[in-house]
Amino acid sequence: MVVPFGLLFGVVATEAGLNLLETMSMTVLVIAGAAQFTALALLQDQAPTIVVILAALTVNLRMAMYSAALVPHLGKTSLRTRAFASYFMIDQTFAVSIKKYERNPHWGPSQKVAYYFGCTAALCPFWYGFSLIGALVGQSIPKEYSLDFAIPICFISLIAPMLRSLPHLIAALVSIVLALLLAWMPYNLWLVIAALFAMMAGAKTELWLAQRSTQS
Amino acid sequence: MTTATIWIVIIGLGIGTYLIRFSFLGLIGGRELPEWVLRHLRYVAVGVMPALITPLVIWPDATGGEPDPSRLIAALAAFLVGIKTNSVVGAIVAGMVALYGIQYLLN
Repeated sequence: MVVPFGLLFGVVATEAGLNLLETMSMTVLVIAGAAQFTALALLQDQAPTIVVILAALTVNLRMAMYSAALVPHLGKTSLRTRAFASYFMIDQTFAVSIKKYERNPHWGPSQKVAYYFGCTAALCPFWYGFSLIGALVGQSIPKEYSLDFAIPICFISLIAPMLRSLPHLIAALVSIVLALLLAWMPYNLWLVIAALFAMMAGAKTELWLAQRSTQS
Repeated sequence: MTTATIWIVIIGLGIGTYLIRFSFLGLIGGRELPEWVLRHLRYVAVGVMPALITPLVIWPDATGGEPDPSRLIAALAAFLVGIKTNSVVGAIVAGMVALYGIQYLLN
């Protein structure tokens, strides 16, 4: 799923006027598709530099939540491991790893680290590689392929199998409803707020289910 | 936009994004988190990602923000196959087949 994202970024960056070195530096240093798209769009709109950086960073605020969510799993590893894990923390490595950790609660830190970097090795080279291909082939990919929509399809496919418990399902519903209701908010604030309320809804549901099962 | 602006954005965004990623994992490290925090953190993935993709599904850029039946049905197909079969690859295939199938039928 990093394939369509990387490809699209390469194409869009080249269209926006970035040269190959600039496109690839951004891909390697930032390694966060959605924020890179945001930065490109604002650069093209001639927004002030500081606004470009801050707006793109708010798109990445969700990663602070990923970082926190990984603490129970990777927190006990060395600082070096955590420093590398932080660099490779993209939506996909996070989602795939967390899904696996939830299925295998008995895993120790070393197994979790191995799985995390396994995901990284399977995903991140494709992100770099397909950004490069996108930058090189540019607009020769026909619009009819609807490449844009491969991204949501991949995220849906990753999340749907996680929704087989009531708290997860309720969290996802709150997340969707708030994303729609708060879409008017600037700077991707809607994303952070929707996510926080969804997490509270999930946690509350879990607590309620636990209380109900001890009472009966 | 000038070359200097582009490089300032690339480097600023690179450093800022890394600090966001490193934040909790780097600073909290191995310390134990309270149970209520852990309980909320279990729902980070299902809290963030549906919100992230919902606007992309309902108001896709490629159609100028107009809802598109083939994309809505493709999203639904991926969701249903994913939740029923527990298979990520199966869900992706279902979604893309639905997307191309309906676009082919409508054209």
